[in-house]
Amino acid sequence: MTTPAPYRSEQPVGRDGFAQLVRAEFTKFRTVRAWVLTLGVAALLMVGFAWLTSPHVGVCVVGPESRPICSTPSVPPVPVGPGGEPVVDTFSFLRKPMIGNGSLTVEVTSLTDAVASGNGNNLGPVDQVLNPTHTDLVPWAKAGLIITQSTVQGAPYAAVMVTPSHGVRMQYDYTDDVAGLPGTVTRSSPRWLRLRRVGDVITSYDSLDATHWTKIGAANLAGLPRTVQIGLFVTSPEDNAGTTDSSASLATATFGRVRLVGDPPNSGWSGQVVGPNPESYFTLPTGRNWFKQSDGTFTVTGSGDIAPQVSGGALQGAGETTGLLASGTFGLVPVIVLATLFITSEYRRRLIRTTLIASPRRGRVLTAKAVVIGAVTFVTACIATAIAEAVSRHVLTANGNYLFPLRTLAEIRVILGTGLLFAVAAIGILGLATVLRRSAGAVATGIVLFVLPFIIGANPSSSAADWLMRVTPIAAFAVQGTLPHFAQVSDAYTWSNGYYPFGPWVGFAVLCAYAAVAFGAAMWWIQRRDV
Amino acid sequence: MVDPATGRVNRTHPQATSAMRDALRAEWTKLRTLASTYWLLVAVVVLTVGVSSAVVASSSYRTTGYQDAPKLTLTGVYLGQAVVAVLATLVVSNEYSTGMMTVTLTAIPRRLVVLGAKAAALTGLVVVAGAIAVGGSLLAGRVILPGNGFTLAHGYQLVSLGHGPTLRAAIGSVLYLVLIALLSLGIAVAIRESATSIGVVLGLLYLFPFLTQVISDPAWHRHLEQIGPMTAGLAIQATTNLQSLPISPWTGLGVLAIWAGVALVAGGILFRLRDA
Repeated sequence: MTTPAPYRSEQPVGRDGFAQLVRAEFTKFRTVRAWVLTLGVAALLMVGFAWLTSPHVGVCVVGPESRPICSTPSVPPVPVGPGGEPVVDTFSFLRKPMIGNGSLTVEVTSLTDAVASGNGNNLGPVDQVLNPTHTDLVPWAKAGLIITQSTVQGAPYAAVMVTPSHGVRMQYDYTDDVAGLPGTVTRSSPRWLRLRRVGDVITSYDSLDATHWTKIGAANLAGLPRTVQIGLFVTSPEDNAGTTDSSASLATATFGRVRLVGDPPNSGWSGQVVGPNPESYFTLPTGRNWFKQSDGTFTVTGSGDIAPQVSGGALQGAGETTGLLASGTFGLVPVIVLATLFITSEYRRRLIRTTLIASPRRGRVLTAKAVVIGAVTFVTACIATAIAEAVSRHVLTANGNYLFPLRTLAEIRVILGTGLLFAVAAIGILGLATVLRRSAGAVATGIVLFVLPFIIGANPSSSAADWLMRVTPIAAFAVQGTLPHFAQVSDAYTWSNGYYPFGPWVGFAVLCAYAAVAFGAAMWWIQRRDV
Repeated sequence: MVDPATGRVNRTHPQATSAMRDALRAEWTKLRTLASTYWLLVAVVVLTVGVSSAVVASSSYRTTGYQDAPKLTLTGVYLGQAVVAVLATLVVSNEYSTGMMTVTLTAIPRRLVVLGAKAAALTGLVVVAGAIAVGGSLLAGRVILPGNGFTLAHGYQLVSLGHGPTLRAAIGSVLYLVLIALLSLGIAVAIRESATSIGVVLGLLYLFPFLTQVISDPAWHRHLEQIGPMTAGLAIQATTNLQSLPISPWTGLGVLAIWAGVALVAGGILFRLRDA
């Protein structure tokens, strides 16, 4: 009698690689209909919210009986600078044509918020002369020398100027800004400025005494024509910083000892307000002379700015950002539920035992889960964001809103960045749910972390918004920030205007840190606890 | 058991009232013997008072216009309600996930009695925790706000329950938390699964205040604030400038009560109609 041979399965031995594990986890995911549906809901919410929140960007004020009065949003034509960027180009210009090379030197003896009144050079408070909604001298009021290709808005230029709070600056082609001498201009402490053209290169100098000159910087304005406009300018931007309202401002500067070395030598000065833009800046009233000259002293009053456009001022460019933000935030809610269920339902149904018998290396199982949930949320969020963005831009344009030009690279960053945001958030929540092993805590924590900061941060009486945008995982929404930001333009760079305190990848790193802690804790606990 | 006097079978609990009493006792025992209940109630108090204190400490009287100091002091309710929602959801979904629900319904087959008992026990707990959380927040405001310039010289009274509107805001905030608990309970009974329930409850609560921020059209803004359970309900926290509110305090709380009522009725109907 022989003992029967023990049974051996005919099945070939299966491979136990990471790829097989990922495939197993993906199979678990795609075969639960409700989960795939939830992913679809997330995508729908994202597109829906972008559509819902985009159209309403018109300017509205609260009228009598708390009824809103909304003007149809309409954007005046926005001048475009040499680099293709939207710019502001409005200033009072006392100019002369200049042929070929030459230089202009001047002494600036005062920069105030007063305007010239009467016939002489007596300066009176601006309120007594006219009654605009004006503020005091703003930090970035500008008075100085400028060489510009033409008086058309958006023309290439180079300028050297004094400012009330930022010392002497050289600025050219709207976006470039170089610092010169610090300090404020007073009659007892004037500033000497000089601008020199040699070919395409314009160099600026400043001095305290007209003897010792310091070079500030040089601008290469390629393609500058032979004849340029040269002269004195004054402008004063809106005061936007820190408030939601903006108000126009005025500035008046006194120039003395103007000396032009160039051709033609003896032409007269002519005053011109370049590109007054009634939609955005205080328009200088007609019938008043904003340029005064007596005994070689010039007094010029101006309002406007020569600078790149930013959001929050005349252009409400935040509309698109807001749409995307709403889209991203509410798309995250179902994703948080999904990432939680991906692990807690294994515990609830005891499937985790089978999973860990089949693949006893727990860290690998959890990593495979992270790969799967990360990948599916990444793909979903990328597709949904691309659609949401297109929808948002379409609706905004159709309603006559101005959209800041979006470079392809920035657009790709917004789409991939939002995808990564979703993936990393999902992996973090997966980690949290693995540690807690319960759905309730993980979902509530996730939603509170990602949605509540926006709500609490909106309280205007609290400075909470700024630090919530730095310390909570929503810092990662900075990947959606595309609006231009310039240190030399004073504006309310707040998230309600579409700005984030961190740069895109720094903000994203904050979320990654949260997710790393949660996922690291999950890796630690899953290997040390019985299931 | 036969009653010797009447000779009829004496069922242990013939009256509905005593059935309710027993159900309530059962629910109370279940709630009080769970460690998580205790921790969640502590979290309600700590998080509410914590967020309130942080917001109050980071506020200053200088920022634009007159502020509603008592309302500012009660900001912590924004977060505290999330914990209340978790607590209320777990009262139901925990029973489903552990299979306890079949035992509960075997012991007390009248499902609406079970739901009523759960609602009553939950209300009791939330009233106590809510009162402590709201009281603590107001105390924090009373201590911290004067240091940030919220003084009589700038037109601000000390935060005090002796002030009628502040008392309304305080009592209303506790009632608000109770209604949030009932709303969550109703939704949890309907959905039965904790992750989805909490996702739906918190999504619903935070959706409206979030939308009112990103939508700048004032008409939409106003309507959303009037119908949202959180935005309307929290109108009860306003103490000044009531005319400018999109909805009056008690009407706002009424809107939330309607949300909670509809959720409970819908949950109750589904609870009766479905197998456990």
